[in-house]
Amino acid sequence: MEKFTSHTGTALPLRRSNVDTDQIIPAVYLKRVTRTGFEDGLFAAWRNDPDFVANKPEYAGVSILVAGPDFGTGSSREHAVWALMDYGFKVVLSSRFADIFRGNSGKAGLLSVPVEQDVIEQLWAAIEDDPTTRITVDLEARTVTCGDLVAPFQIDDYTRWRLLNGLDDIGITLGNEADIAAFEATRPSFKPVTQ
Amino acid sequence: MGRTLAEKVWDEHVVRSTPGEPDLLYIDLHLIHEVTSPQAFDGLRLAGRPVRRPDLTLATEDHNVPTLDWDKPIADPVSRTQVETLRKNAAEFGVRLHPLGDLDQGIVHVVGPQLGLTQPGMTIVCGDSHTSTHGAFGAIAFGIGTSEVEHVLATQTLMQAKPRTMAVTVNGTLPEGVTAKDLILYLIAQTGTGGGQGYIVEYRGEAIEQLSMEGRMTVCNMSIEWGAKAGMIAPDQTTFDYIEGKPEAPKGAEWDAAVAHWKSLRTDDDATFDKEIVIDAGDVTPFVTWGTNPGQGVPLGAHVPSPDDFEDATDKVACEKALAYMGLEAGTPMREVKVDTVFVGSCTNGRIEDLRLAAEVIKGHKVAEGTRLLVVPGSVRVRLQAEEEGLDVVFKEAGGEWRGAGCSMCLGMNPDTLDPQERSASTSNRNFEGRQGKGGRTHLVSVPVAAATAVKGTLASPADLV
Ligand code: SF4
Repeated sequence: MEKFTSHTGTALPLRRSNVDTDQIIPAVYLKRVTRTGFEDGLFAAWRNDPDFVANKPEYAGVSILVAGPDFGTGSSREHAVWALMDYGFKVVLSSRFADIFRGNSGKAGLLSVPVEQDVIEQLWAAIEDDPTTRITVDLEARTVTCGDLVAPFQIDDYTRWRLLNGLDDIGITLGNEADIAAFEATRPSFKPVTQ
Repeated sequence: MGRTLAEKVWDEHVVRSTPGEPDLLYIDLHLIHEVTSPQAFDGLRLAGRPVRRPDLTLATEDHNVPTLDWDKPIADPVSRTQVETLRKNAAEFGVRLHPLGDLDQGIVHVVGPQLGLTQPGMTIVCGDSHTSTHGAFGAIAFGIGTSEVEHVLATQTLMQAKPRTMAVTVNGTLPEGVTAKDLILYLIAQTGTGGGQGYIVEYRGEAIEQLSMEGRMTVCNMSIEWGAKAGMIAPDQTTFDYIEGKPEAPKGAEWDAAVAHWKSLRTDDDATFDKEIVIDAGDVTPFVTWGTNPGQGVPLGAHVPSPDDFEDATDKVACEKALAYMGLEAGTPMREVKVDTVFVGSCTNGRIEDLRLAAEVIKGHKVAEGTRLLVVPGSVRVRLQAEEEGLDVVFKEAGGEWRGAGCSMCLGMNPDTLDPQERSASTSNRNFEGRQGKGGRTHLVSVPVAAATAVKGTLASPADLV
C-alpha cells in the first residue's frame, strides 16, 4: 500500500446522496478473478448516460470525489473501493459515510474524508464553476483546502497512522514477523505438512 | 481454573496477544478452492508477497466443477476461469493442488480429513463457511473472507478476537434409524438459526461419543447453520482410529507423541462455558425442513406448520413467506410432500458412510416414477471406494444417477441445479431460496430419509418402505 501524506488534484462533483455499493459497482463485476481493472465498472449504470458528470471531458483525470451524504451504503463488497481506486480516485469527500465502506477504504488505502455538508456545497460550486480547481487534502494536518477555504476533518488515529505509513493489515502483521518466526520454531514436529 | 477444549487449542496458537486487541493466531492448515481465492492471490502478486507456508496450504477444485464429463474442458466460462485461475496461482505460488481428474480431488472438507491432514488440536481455516466440519476432530476450524485468505497466505496468521464458548451436551442414545443429521437439524430447530451466534460450540455427551467420525463431521459442519463461529468435539479413540494410517497422518514415534498430546485436549472438569445447552438424544426423530432456513424444521411425522403456530410476529411472517416460496399448504403431512429430485452428497453427507447408508436403503428398490436420484460422492476417493463396494451399481440399478465428485447441487454453481419450482430432498446443509437453483425448493433431510424418499417419491423414512 502506498503512503498517503497529502494529495492535491482536481475533483469530480457527484451531486447525489445515498450512493450505495451497487451503484458504485454493479454485482455482475464481482465474478471477476482479479484485484484490479474494476475502473470500467465504476458507476457503470450512470456512465451509460452521456450527460453523467463523469463523462464530461472537463472532468477527465480527476482524483478526488466530492459526493453527497451517506456514501457507500449497501453490501460490504470491497470491490467498491477497488473500483474507485482503479478509476484514479485517491480521496472521497462526503458529509457521511457508511461504516463498512469507510472501514474497507481505510484498509485498501483510499482516504474517506468526512466534512460538513456546507463544505461539500462550497466545493461543488467551486469545481463546477472551474473544473481545473485544485483541492488539497492534507492527512498530516487533517485539513481540506480549496482556494481560501480551509476545512478541518476528523479521522481516527489508527487509520491515519496506517495511511501515513502505507500499512495494510498484512503489512502490520508482517511487522511482527519475529514473533511469527519464533512461534513457528516451537511447533511440534508431528503437525502435518502438505508437501 | 480449568480450561475448555476450545480454550486449550486457542491458547496453543496465540503468536501475539495485546490487551484490547485481537489475538494474532497461528494457522496450522489453510485450505483453498477456486471461488474465494483468486483475488487473494492477486493481492499477493500486487504487493510482491510470497505465500509464507505453501507446506501448510492445500488447494482443491470443488465448488463449480462439473460432475459429468469432468475430463473435458468446463463449459461454463465463469467456472472455467475460476478453475484455470486456481491452477495458475497454485503453480505460481507453489501450492499443492488436487485438480479435476486427480485422485484426491473433491470437496475441500472431505479431502482434508481423508488425507489425514485434519488432526486434533489444529487451527484450520478456509474461505468457506463449512470449514467448521473439521472441528469434529477437536480442531478449531472456521470460514474466512477473501481478504483474510490473503492475510493467511502472506503471514500464516489471522487477527482474531477470542470467541465465547458454549457446550451442547447430548445425553442418552439416538434412537434406531436416527442419524447425526437429524440431531443437528433438531438442534437448529430448537435454538433458531442465530442460537450459536458468536460461540465456539463443543458438542459432548454420550450420544456424541457414540457417533462415527462421519457423523461428528455432519454435526460440526452444520454448526454454521445455527450461527456458531465453529463446532468442536473432543478427540477420542474413534478419532485416533480414523486418522491412523491416513496418508498424511503422523507415523511411528511421531504418532505416539501426537496421540499423547491429543489426549490432553479435553475440557477440564472445573472449566466453565459461557453458555450450556443439554438435550436428550431420545427426543430426536427423523427431521426434515419445510421452510427456507435450516431452523424451519419438524419431525418427518409432523405436518407443515401454519403461521398461526408461531407467537412471534416475525416468525409468523417468515412462515408465511416460506410456505409461499416452498409451495406448501399448512397442515399437509410432511410425508405427503412430493419430491422431484433427491440429492445425496455435499460436505455434510457425501462421505463413504453416507453412501453405504443410502445404498442399504435403496438396495432392491427402484427410484419412484417422476423422481430423480442424484448421488454425488464428496471426493474421488469416496467415489472409487463406493465403486469398489458396488454401491454405484445399487444406485444405477435402482434408476439413480452416479456422478463425479464435487459440491454439485449443494449450491448449484455447476450445471446440477433445480429448475424453478422443482422440489428436492437434499442431504446438504442450506435450504435458502434459490440455493440449489433459481426458484428451486429444498427440503434438508438425512441420508436414510433421502434414500427412502427417492423410492417413495414423497418424503419418507426407511420404515415406510416395508
Ligand atoms: S458441499 Fe456445499 S456447503 Fe460444502 S463446501 Fe461445497 S458448496 Fe459449501
